[in-house]
Amino acid sequence: MAHNALTHPAARKVDGYALFWGLPLVLWQVMFFVAPLVFLVVMTFWTVKNFRLAPDFDTVNWVNMFSKSYVIDTYFRTLGYGALGAVVCSVLAFPASYALAFKASPIVQRIGLFVIITPFFTSYLVRIYSWQAVISDSGLLNGLFGLVGLGPFDMLSTLFGTMIGYLTLTMPLVILLQFFSLTGVDRNLIEAAHNLGCGRLRTVFLVIVPSAKTGIILACTFAFILCFGDLVSPASLGGSKPPTLSILIVDTVKQGNNWPRAAVVALMMVLTLIVVAFTAIFFAYRVKKEKT
Amino acid sequence: MSADRFIAYGLRGWFLVALIFIYVPIVINFIYSFSPGRFPTLPLGGFSTGWYELILSEAPVPRAFANSLKAGVIVALISTFIGFAAAYTDYRYRFLGKNIYLALALLPPTIPVLILGLVMLMFLSRVSLVGELYSVVLAHVVYCIPFAMALIRLRLAQIDPDLESAAWNLGANSWRAMREVIVPFTLPAIFAALALTMAVSFDEYLIAFFVGGLTETLPVRVLALLQGQVNPRINAIGSFVFAISMSLVILAQILLLTRRSGNRGIAAGGA
Repeated sequence: MAHNALTHPAARKVDGYALFWGLPLVLWQVMFFVAPLVFLVVMTFWTVKNFRLAPDFDTVNWVNMFSKSYVIDTYFRTLGYGALGAVVCSVLAFPASYALAFKASPIVQRIGLFVIITPFFTSYLVRIYSWQAVISDSGLLNGLFGLVGLGPFDMLSTLFGTMIGYLTLTMPLVILLQFFSLTGVDRNLIEAAHNLGCGRLRTVFLVIVPSAKTGIILACTFAFILCFGDLVSPASLGGSKPPTLSILIVDTVKQGNNWPRAAVVALMMVLTLIVVAFTAIFFAYRVKKEKT
Repeated sequence: MSADRFIAYGLRGWFLVALIFIYVPIVINFIYSFSPGRFPTLPLGGFSTGWYELILSEAPVPRAFANSLKAGVIVALISTFIGFAAAYTDYRYRFLGKNIYLALALLPPTIPVLILGLVMLMFLSRVSLVGELYSVVLAHVVYCIPFAMALIRLRLAQIDPDLESAAWNLGANSWRAMREVIVPFTLPAIFAALALTMAVSFDEYLIAFFVGGLTETLPVRVLALLQGQVNPRINAIGSFVFAISMSLVILAQILLLTRRSGNRGIAAGGA
């Protein structure tokens, strides 16, 4: 990024002008984002006595949550679901992103992006409700299967249902990010591979995918982040059984109002996401040492 | 050659399948919002606007709708202002701790909304700011700033860096250069950010659910209905939600596509 707007002497000085533009973000995010997150850490050490929250410094919540095998199981299940959702979405989105990047005219690309982005910002909740009607036992899809003498299949309240929800959530973003990284691939590289007799599939996997690595990994990471923290898909399409961490948090808050324990789970999730994000960034931007 | 063409068709076909997958739930929602029956049937049982009349006649939905609109407008104004200020600060200044500054500006959407909702509920309830519409606004602004900041920052990256210095050299002070160069240039992105942040706030249900308490916004109402049995009210409400948020997102995209003309406007001396 270029920072060449520093020619004016005033640009280096900290003055009222600079503070006016610089401070609002700091004030707002420290008050309503950083402080709540710090408080989350504090909250994990508080205790609940007679259904009332009491400031404390007790590791009881940590011990309690980590000694329960279903919490540990749920943790790894949620990791698995998130990873599965991210991989399935990346794989299914890739041919679509590829088509948009390499097999479409600029006008089609622009329209394609337009129609892909729009739903990402429009009521995920309602879309999940629609999927319920589509994949339920007596739903549309089973109705269609019935017409040709198949089914009915169990789709709602299964892992398949959860994955449908995850894909609904992540597909637009993943296609978008993959598309941008694919359009950044140097066309000369692809030409060269073709000229050297590299087959189609080999060109895709040995030339295009490595060149677009950064975007593909980031897309997969965002998909993981979204799936890992999602509540609605595993609850409404996956049937809540077995639960994920998000469902566990909601249950813990609802039953007995045990905020400190919910805070432990939430903190586990935040820490996991931080580790995953930094690992992904490391791999996404790592420059492979060339073999000579 | 024919194999190439076959593969190209196959790939385009796959893109269409992905598109259909993304749009199926939206289309289904619209269709069944006009279905008279309680359960989705195949083929469609008839045509009725009954569910729309029902939700409009019940108090919670119009009230939730009004709450969503109010919160959305205020969130859009505040988060776009802060997003603009942050984007401009990033564009113009270099300073110690800038990475932390940018992290503050961009991190919130990488934390699941469920957790954001939970931590804000815990925190805001300690300082007695919970359960009102303004609680939803406070929390949504945190979540929306990054979207506004990103859009406006991208626009600032296209500005000719000499423009602002030229204004200074011609005797404009910082404020005047801001008013006459930076703001007109970023105006499309500012409007796009207003539309997008309003759409994001309008659709967000988990943070709103946690901190709003009994003050329901529209998607929180949907969430409440979703807990129960099959409820075709959701289809009717969903149509409203889709219509509004899609219009906002489409508006934002159209505004962003007009960037080229904005460039020329500045170069020609007009704003």
